[in-house]
Parts: sequence; structure tokens; C-alpha cells
Amino acid sequence: MAEMTSPALQAVALEAAAESGSEAPLTEEEGSLLATQLPWQRVRVYVWEVPVRITHWAAVITVMILTVTGAYIADPFVVPATDFVMQTMRFIHMVAAYVFLASGVLRTYWLFAGNEFSNWRAFIPTTRRHWAEFRGQTAWYLFLRRDLPPILGHNALAAGTYMVIFFLFLTQTITGFALESVHGGLAAQLWGWLPALIGISTVRIVHHLIMWVILAFMIHHVYSAIMVDHWERNGLMSSIFAGYKFVTRRDIQNARDGGMEVQERSN
Amino acid sequence: MDDIALGLERLLAERGVSRRTFLKFSVAMAATLMLPPIVGTKIARALSAAKRIPVIWIEGQDCCGNTESFLRASHPTVSELVLGILSVDYHETIMAAAGTAAESARTATMQAFPNGYIAVVEGAIPLADGGIYCTVGGKAFSSIVKDVCGGALATIAVGSCAFDGGLPRANGGPTGATGVSAVVPSAKVINLPGCPMNVQNLTATIVHYLTFGEFPATDSYGRPLFAYGQLIHDQCERRAHFDAGRYVQEWGDAGHRQGWCLYRMGCKGPETFSNCPTAMFNDATSWPVKAGHGCVGCTMPDFWDQMTPFYGRLAHVPGFPMDVTADQVGLALVTGVAGLTALHAGASYVRHKGEERRTPTPEGGTGGGVVPAAAAGGGTSPASSTDTNGSGSEQAV
Repeated sequence: MAEMTSPALQAVALEAAAESGSEAPLTEEEGSLLATQLPWQRVRVYVWEVPVRITHWAAVITVMILTVTGAYIADPFVVPATDFVMQTMRFIHMVAAYVFLASGVLRTYWLFAGNEFSNWRAFIPTTRRHWAEFRGQTAWYLFLRRDLPPILGHNALAAGTYMVIFFLFLTQTITGFALESVHGGLAAQLWGWLPALIGISTVRIVHHLIMWVILAFMIHHVYSAIMVDHWERNGLMSSIFAGYKFVTRRDIQNARDGGMEVQERSN
Repeated sequence: MDDIALGLERLLAERGVSRRTFLKFSVAMAATLMLPPIVGTKIARALSAAKRIPVIWIEGQDCCGNTESFLRASHPTVSELVLGILSVDYHETIMAAAGTAAESARTATMQAFPNGYIAVVEGAIPLADGGIYCTVGGKAFSSIVKDVCGGALATIAVGSCAFDGGLPRANGGPTGATGVSAVVPSAKVINLPGCPMNVQNLTATIVHYLTFGEFPATDSYGRPLFAYGQLIHDQCERRAHFDAGRYVQEWGDAGHRQGWCLYRMGCKGPETFSNCPTAMFNDATSWPVKAGHGCVGCTMPDFWDQMTPFYGRLAHVPGFPMDVTADQVGLALVTGVAGLTALHAGASYVRHKGEERRTPTPEGGTGGGVVPAAAAGGGTSPASSTDTNGSGSEQAV
């Protein structure tokens, strides 16, 4: 136990030793340590940094605005009481698109500058353990297994889903500017080749269908977040506002993205 | 025929066309070319002194729609003569000769004016099975196009079919139809797509050559910028209704009668480049949108596939029946996900209740966690069976 520095780590080690069947009786000091630093006690872990939360909510708000205005642009079903409805809708759609783009640029930067929970390594399964968790998580969703490996940031399946969503966001941005390219300017110089290559009608239908896929994703995403928050009681819903999750010391130690370093800066 | 070279003005006088009418035509041409009115006098001078340039007009997989447009040129007498300056030596639909005599008229022109005649191609060129799906005088049309366009001063591809295959190519047409540029990549080709092309643009292209000695500047599709450089939507007389949100909801409704925007009825003006709203057709009388029908985008590449349905905004989703719309596909997706989500919520509630009965919570009242100790720290999860775990508890053991 000499190499252990923090009381929390010592407590976790003590419990593990007890579980492995060690016969050695606890000293009085060790007993009180276990009593105050319970391994199953939940502590605050700072998971989502400010840019992650800002870009998340920027995406939520802009996707909602883009969906409503985009639905009107696709099919202007309302006969307006005021003037310049389409012009206003298109203006809002474009402004929201630029905010969405800026948010995407910031999040992409944070894939390289962020902590271990928002870094690109959290998304791309590069280790066998990450792949195993991906399969395990899928099996859990399909009711094929009961228990889950502990995780602090994105679980492997969610991270995989977000990679698909990032790709759809990127496609949506590119097709959006490609649709705008008929009006000339920078969009035409950058993305005019795309409608020339696959046809503007194809660009439009892709842009439209991805909107529906994103809506379907949002339903699943909100459900999963509420469900995990409800069953695991780790404050997941609050974490995307405040940045903190509430996880047992044992889970911090055992999680793929946890370990001693995270344990040290959590309380 | 050589007396045509003696001068346009004498011919105009013979036909009773006043100089005033001729100058009006010249200024109209300047306007079509997006040039200032003063250029009209330069055009008039150039046309008066213009030399004869022969034309070979060949037709492949077509409907003669562009020939119809050509024969119904606005300002008929002047245009007729200007096009007459070009002296159409070969035109299957309008020439008197037939059979071998007609074919020899073509070859005679090609030999007499090497690189000195203008080839006009109307209709698509089928390439499948050696081009047997369109033959003229026993020769595949594709080989005729290669011969005629290969030795021409320039080629003007009139209509959407000669541009990129048009209707015969639509939806994977079986004849391997394509446009002139694809068949003769080395030829100088001016594309005048449209279904049909506007003869005003054909006349203006030729007038540009006769006046300035070169063909007009073109875009990446080889279409003259003066005619295909601007979006229909940006020149449309119904644009104010678009911005305001006043749309025709169905044919013949109050909005339609008041000339509201046809966007919701599938108008392709917002993605089509052409000068239809300004040049218009039939002596600048009207054009489709002015007449109350949406643009179908006929000047754009692959328009039969890319611009359909003509009466709807969104394309058909590949892999679904034709009567299923994109929004029905999307709505079914969202409904399906919502349904699966509700099912999953119910099933996980049942699972959770079952687990609570089987497993007493190890934390008691202190932590409130639901993961059993065995699952988190024991050997049952894949996580703890690997050496990357690195947890404090294993170090302690």
C-alpha cells in the first residue's frame, strides 16, 4: 500500500483485496479509511468541458431552427399574413447554418484540444477493449446482456453513433452550401462542382433526407440519455448543462476512460 | 447563291424590309448578347459586309423541335436573311433534295469549305451497339457527327438532346445516347440546350461571330454566358411573390389567377440558368412562367432525370415506389424509431424490475448505484478481462 497516495485509491485497493479473498484482517486505520472513502461512494467527475457543452447546445438550437425554416423552404405550405416570409425564412436558415458551421469548426478543433472524454480517441475504436465494449453495449441495448462496463464519457456505441452524426452534419453542411451555390459567390466557387457532378436534385434530396435521419437520431438520443440517467442515476442529464457526472470511485477506477489520474482530480 | 455575298442591304430592300427594321433587329441582338445598344450599329455594319458561311444542319435522335424553333424565328424576314447568309446547304427536314443527292450536297460542302463551315447538330447521338440505333443513308449517325463536326469551323449543338443526350438518354435510355461534346471531344462546340433552344440565342450566337469574328464566351458546359449566365429565378417577374411567400397552392386557384409564384407547383426556375425571362419566345411574347406554368429546367444537364418530377419540389427517392415521397420515407423513419424507442423503454423497465428482485443493491442507502459489485469489479465484464484496465484495484491485488 506504500505506493498509494490518495486515501480514495487506498480504499479501492482495500476493497479489491477483500473481494479477492485476502484473509488478512483490517487494521483500525484501514477500517476507518474504508468507512470514509467508500469505493461505491459517488464523486463528482468533470467530464464535459465548456466548448463541448456550448457546441452541443448550439447544435440543438440551430438544428431545430434549421429544421423548421428548412421545412418551410422545402414546402411553403402557409399563406402568410405578412410580407417577405420566404425571404425571412431563408435569411434565418442561412444565419443558423453559419452558427452551426462555426459550432462544428469549434467541436472539430476540440477533438484535438479537448480532454480524454471529448478527444478524437474517445470516438474511434483503436483498442480491442474499445471494440469489446462496442459489442457489449450493442448486446445490452438488444437485451442480450445485463451488465455494462463502466464508462465516464461516451460509451463505445454512443461514440460510434456520434461519428455517424458528425458525418451527417458535415454532409448536411456541404449539401446546404452546394444548394446555395446557384446564387454564385464563395459557395459557388467552393461547392459548385457538387451539383455539377451529381445533379442539384440529388443534392437536394440528400439534404432533405438527412434532416429526417437527424430528427430520428434526436428521438433516440434524448431517450437514451433519459434512460441511462434514470437507471444509472449518475446525473447524465445534468452533465450536459453543468459538465459533471456523479460516478462511484470504483467505476472511475475501472472505466476505460477513467483511472488514477481522473480519480485524483475528482471529488 | 453567290449573290447573297453582294450585300444584305440590297436583299433587305428587295424584300421590302426597311433599314429602320434592320437596325431594330441589330439593337435587339445587342440586347440579347447583353451588350449596350451602341453595339447595334457595329452589328448592322458587320452584317451588311458579312461573307457567306455555309451551314450543315444534321439531325439524330430528335423531334425536330429545334428546327421548328429555327423556322419560326422572330423578326422573320431579317433573321431569315441573316441565317440565309449562313446558307444552309444541308438540312434534312427542309431541303428539297433527297437520297443520294442530299448526301452528296453535304459531302460537297465539307470538301469545298474545309474548316470553313458551321455544323449544327440537333438530337442525341446513340453510341450503343456501334451506333446502329440511328443511321442516315446507311451510316451510323455517330460517324456522321465525327466527320461533319471534326472538319467544321465550329459546331453548335442545338437543343438538350445534342447537348447531353436529352430525352433519349433519360433514365438510362437503352441506345447509349449522348451529346456532341462527348462524341467529338476535339471539336469546338457551342451548346444551346433547351427543349427547344430559343432561336433568338442561335441567331445572336451567329451574329456575335459575324460581328466580332469569334464565338461568345461560354460557361463550363460550353453554353454562351449571355444566354445561360443567369438564374431564371433572379430575373423572374414572379420573384417578388416568392420572397413574400405568396405561392400557387393548386392549378387554377386564386393565387394562380393573380400570378403568384409557381415554386410550390414544382417550378425549377430557382436552379435553372437561362435568359428565358428576358429573351422570351415567339417574338418576345411570352415564356412558360409568364404563361402560368413552372419552369421545367430544360437548359440544365440531365434535365429529364434531375428536374423531374416537373410538378413537385423534391425528387423521387431511389429504391422506393414512384408514388412514395421523400417526406413519407422520412416520416416513416422517425415513426419507426419512435416506436422502437417506446418498445425499448417498456422492455428495459421490465428488465430493471426483474433485476431488482434478483439482486439486492450492494450499496445499501449510501450510493444508490445499480451496478452490482460483481459486474463492476469482477471478471464478468469484457472491460476487466483485458490488460488495458489499469485500475487501482488490480495494482493493489
